Order: sequence, then structure tokens, then C-alpha cells
Amino acid sequence: MNRYLLPLIAVIIMIPILVMGLRVDPSKLPSQFIGKAVPEFDLPTLKNGFRNFASTDLVGQVALLNIWATWCVGCRAEHEFLMELYRAQTIPIYAINWRDNRGNSIRWLQQFGDPYVVSAFDEDGRVGIDWGVYGAPETFLISAQGTVVYRFTGPLNRSIWEREFVPRIAALTE
Amino acid sequence: MMNRILIWLALTLLAPAAIAIDTGEAFDDPVLQARYEKIISEVRCVTCQNVTIRDSNVFIAADLRREIRRLISEGKSDAEVFDFLVTRYGDFVLYRPRLAGKTLFLWIAPFFLILAGGIAISRVVRHRMTLPIDDDAIEEGPTR
Repeated sequence: MNRYLLPLIAVIIMIPILVMGLRVDPSKLPSQFIGKAVPEFDLPTLKNGFRNFASTDLVGQVALLNIWATWCVGCRAEHEFLMELYRAQTIPIYAINWRDNRGNSIRWLQQFGDPYVVSAFDEDGRVGIDWGVYGAPETFLISAQGTVVYRFTGPLNRSIWEREFVPRIAALTE
Repeated sequence: MMNRILIWLALTLLAPAAIAIDTGEAFDDPVLQARYEKIISEVRCVTCQNVTIRDSNVFIAADLRREIRRLISEGKSDAEVFDFLVTRYGDFVLYRPRLAGKTLFLWIAPFFLILAGGIAISRVVRHRMTLPIDDDAIEEGPTR
């Protein structure tokens, strides 16, 4: 009996580790900026190349920062939901248009609606790298003090919103 | 005939250039170029996770190569380049994780496993040494 005891203990120790391994999705990277100040940027806006949108403009209110592009299928999927948030005036949505073509992006907003307060134009993707972006869409929740509270990778929808964002926003505005 | 062979040979030898992934401009200084190539072969592509950014042609890998090239040309050290990447994407992007609190387990786990294996083997061997040598048992065993 004793000779089976040691392997048994080893297996019992391994099981929770392996179960944890199954639950972790390796394609979802944690953001390195949670609890830190927003990475600095100062970019021309999408619609007006002479006006700039800077990270300092994010300070002062609880807001979203959405990373989007017209080549991004997930962005098209979440766009309708962003429009819903916009119409309900839930929260100001700022954006970075990431590695895209200006004309296409403006046309997209004309066609599908513009849920954004302002969209920065990050043509060469450098600011995206500063934010640790690894795929669009990504949505950051930013506190009034300008710290990154949460990042969601992938297209937003109602149920993700209720589950991941609503409680966090409630905690921030308390 | 000879000409044709030469043309085919030239085309064959040139072909790999057409599928080159890193289309960025090389450094004039071979030392910098060597450093650059070593760094990009140790950085994980963030969207295609089991590939280095040297071997990936997705645009974000190209962007990261461009940023690394910029940092090196600005005179940054290798450690500063890796810092740049880790502050943005985490320890995960380094194929050779640094020895730090969060990655300590990665570094000590292999030694721990070797130790555990060694103990297991020595126990089995010691146990077998106590068994009597008894070839007759095999010969007298059941036959079919």
C-alpha cells in the first residue's frame, strides 16, 4: 500500500495545476498597465489632422478607450454595441484608430455611425505598441485619475459589458 | 544550354529573397545588425504566440522589429530594449524569461524535477539491489 502512496500524492498535487492550465486561455495576455497611469501619447485626430488628441485628455472622467480599425472583423461585430452605449450616453468612449487608412476609417464612421467622442489616428501603430495592444478590438476602462483599470480583448457585447464593465464602473463612480 | 542552366540557378538562388520576412533596412554596422538579429530571435510574437518576431510576418511583429531597430539605433542597450518590450507586453514576450519573482518558478522547476527524478531512480535501484538474484524463477515459470 505504501508504495502507491507517494505517486498518489504527486497525482493529487498535479490535478489542480493541470485544471488551472486548462482554464487559462494563452491567447489572452494580461495588460501590463492595470493600476498604472495611461501610457502617454499625443496623436492627430482621425477627422482633423490639425487637431490632436493626447493621453492627458483622458483625465477627469471615467471613460473607455477603444482600439479599432476597419480591417478588424471584431470591430465591425462590436460596433453596433458601441453605438448602443453612445446613444444611451452610458460612458464617454474615446478611441485610437490603429494602423489604418484615414479615408476608409472616416467612411466607416459615416456609414455605421460614430460612437466616439474623438478618435486618434495611429497610422504606424506606435502608440498601439505603447499601450501593449496585440490585436483589435481592445477596450480599456480608465478612471477619472487617468489610471488603467481594466482591459478587455475582443469584441464587446451586452453580456460582457454587464459582467466585466458595469461592476467596475460602479466601483469607480461610487 | 549553359545559359539556361545559369538562369535557372540564379533564379533558384534569388528566390528566398522574395519570401524574406524582415523587409526593414539593415544596419550599416554589422555589430548592431548582429545585436538586432539576436534580439528579434528571442522575442515572442504576441499574436502568433509560438513564433519569434524574427519568423513572423504579421504586421505587429513588423512594428515591433521597427521599434527595436529604432531603439538600437538610438543607442539603447539590449537590456533597455527588453525592458521596453516587457513593460508593454509582460515577461511572456521573452523566450528567455528573466530571473525575477514571477518567473522564479520557471527557472527552478527543471532542477526540482531532475532532483525528484533522481530520488525516484535511486529508490528503485536500491530496492532492486535488495531482491535476491533468482534466475530459476524465470525458467520454472508457467510455460505456454
